[in-house]
Amino acid sequence: MRVALFVPCYVDQLWPRVALATVSVLERHGVEVVFPEEQTCCGQPMANAGCAGDAAPLARRFLEIFGGFEAVVCPSGSCTSMVRNHYDAFLAERPGFEHLRKSTFELCEFLVDVLGVKALDGRFEHRVGLHQSCHGLRELGLGVPSELALPRSSKVGGLLSSLRGIELVPLARADECCGFGGTFAVAEEAVSCLMGRDRIADHVQAGAEIVTGTDVSCLMHLEGLARREKIPLRFQHVAEVIAEAIA
Amino acid sequence: MTAGHPANAARFTADEPRAHWHDQALWFVREKRDRAAALVPDWEALRDAAARIRAHTQGRLADYLEEFERNAVARGAKVHWARDAAEHNAVVHGILSAHGVRRLAKSKSMLTEECGLNPYLEARGIEVVDTDLGERIVQLAGEPPSHIIFPAIHHKREEIGALFHEKLGTPAGLADPKALTEAARGHLREKFLSADAGLTGVNFAVAETGGIVVCTNEGNADMGTHLPRLHVACMGVEKVIPRLEHLGVFLRLLARSATGQPVTSYTSHFHGPIAGGELHVVIVDAGRSRILADAAFRRSLACIRCGACLNTCPVFRRSGGYSYEYVVPGPIGSLLASARDPRAHASLPFASTLCGSCDDVCPVKIDLHDQLLARRRDLAVRRIVPLGKRLAMRIAGLVLSHRAAYEAAGRITRFLLRILPRALLYGPWNGWGRRRELPEAPRESFRDVWRRTRGAGRG
Repeated sequence: MRVALFVPCYVDQLWPRVALATVSVLERHGVEVVFPEEQTCCGQPMANAGCAGDAAPLARRFLEIFGGFEAVVCPSGSCTSMVRNHYDAFLAERPGFEHLRKSTFELCEFLVDVLGVKALDGRFEHRVGLHQSCHGLRELGLGVPSELALPRSSKVGGLLSSLRGIELVPLARADECCGFGGTFAVAEEAVSCLMGRDRIADHVQAGAEIVTGTDVSCLMHLEGLARREKIPLRFQHVAEVIAEAIA
Repeated sequence: MTAGHPANAARFTADEPRAHWHDQALWFVREKRDRAAALVPDWEALRDAAARIRAHTQGRLADYLEEFERNAVARGAKVHWARDAAEHNAVVHGILSAHGVRRLAKSKSMLTEECGLNPYLEARGIEVVDTDLGERIVQLAGEPPSHIIFPAIHHKREEIGALFHEKLGTPAGLADPKALTEAARGHLREKFLSADAGLTGVNFAVAETGGIVVCTNEGNADMGTHLPRLHVACMGVEKVIPRLEHLGVFLRLLARSATGQPVTSYTSHFHGPIAGGELHVVIVDAGRSRILADAAFRRSLACIRCGACLNTCPVFRRSGGYSYEYVVPGPIGSLLASARDPRAHASLPFASTLCGSCDDVCPVKIDLHDQLLARRRDLAVRRIVPLGKRLAMRIAGLVLSHRAAYEAAGRITRFLLRILPRALLYGPWNGWGRRRELPEAPRESFRDVWRRTRGAGRG
């Protein structure tokens, strides 16, 4: 299978190791990865600020660049959700949009839902806290959030727990938001930081060595707080954890 | 114009132990709600049903309101219509003054808070006694409620003890909740006995029966309406439900969502006045039909005021009800406030990380976080989003529309992050860096590495 890799702009620029890990996870699963170099950004920052007019050209651009692929895979739940759940306003009725919407996947859901991966063949001997990033969890449905009166499940948690030697630590609040929230992180700096520090405290009390998740944005916020306070937690994107475990 | 949520929230979080205490108190309620919901086998189906009933009712609201009016009148109630808060207050005052009411026993009603009824009546010589314990506490403290279900949630028991010592003469230092509640009970009993009229809110008005339903945990709505001969019930137009059989759907959801109880201690059905008395139902629009006419936001009218979205909201729990500067705070309050006056409440649609937790606890499945996002778009279109932010987004949008510009901007940013001295990077202009480190900038972007290792001619 041949897929297009969609790398969120800030991952491309600041966290290349996450995109490289994504490539290696996909290739280890027999997927041919193409990186369309014209790509820049999905437009989420503008859209979430309310500036739909500034996001619209980026959405159209995205369709042009990615519309022709069998599948698009992205190491971010939030950016994937932008395409799947928030592009309607810009692209509804455009030829190829329905296909793009249905065939754009977050990395873990691509592994589970498209490739049918039930368990990973790898070893990761660490105590890991899983941060359930909100857009992946609640907008993409990567798992069943704690609000719903339904049996808990998590595609990401399922993949991770299949690794030998891993210990997923139980959090007091399984899926509370970290407080990143895009421009919220700066516009509401006080609440954003308090939310983030509370999440960190939860992972620390649970005994995590490493915090992982589907979105670098959340991890970047949490890592920034932890580094400032010299809290010895490590932050790794789920692609990095999987790539390291199955290497 | 309000001070804005970020500034208010920063003040609230500055007292970190208190912010954590507030967060924990409401998280406790959220968890209780989760356990209560899990005990209902068909909880998610129940939410679906409630959402569908609300959507159906909104589609023919006028018909159901008229049906309600006909049936309520047939049962002996008098029905009044009020276009806005001013009309509502005048109607209520008219009824009370026609009966020579001097003291009014009032149970919980967010609508009357919204309309500013208490000060209106007090200015006209009527003593208004809020009889819900939490409401009475904030009334004695001279404050508005900070939460729609727990009006005094922002106060610790010691503070309530001090307030009761000052206002009700309880012993100094008394902070035992049970003893304080007993003191309030004794104090309110006297108020109930001497009230000339009772005023209640309305949780549901049933079109089919003409009856109204009031839910309380303290029985104060009943105490306030059974003793005096006059009962005034105030409701927004959105409170009507078509049939009695629909009531069960909402009652099963309401208390579980609000407090985690299976049902409120008292669910009182009023069908016409008590013998020899009068029942007046005041039906208020106050901007609701305008929201109803707006397809993007009409679903916010489905709200049953359970407060679940407040309790689950990680921002509300850490910023407190007053930070919203509106009668209804939290996610639903941000929607209602910005529907009412988008300019005055321009910061509220942004007082959210869009985490979506509110959508998933909402018993009537309001798509709260999507509507907050829609309101942001609305504010941008109306140019209420500050110029600086719109300009920044315009520039970012332009840069990101051109690959070469994007790559150059990325390269420059990474370069600056690497070479600038810390003092410059972390100046007061760096909102990110006040309490957070910036990410370490790599020399190469992903695409640099990709080109180097797999680019054309290398692959």
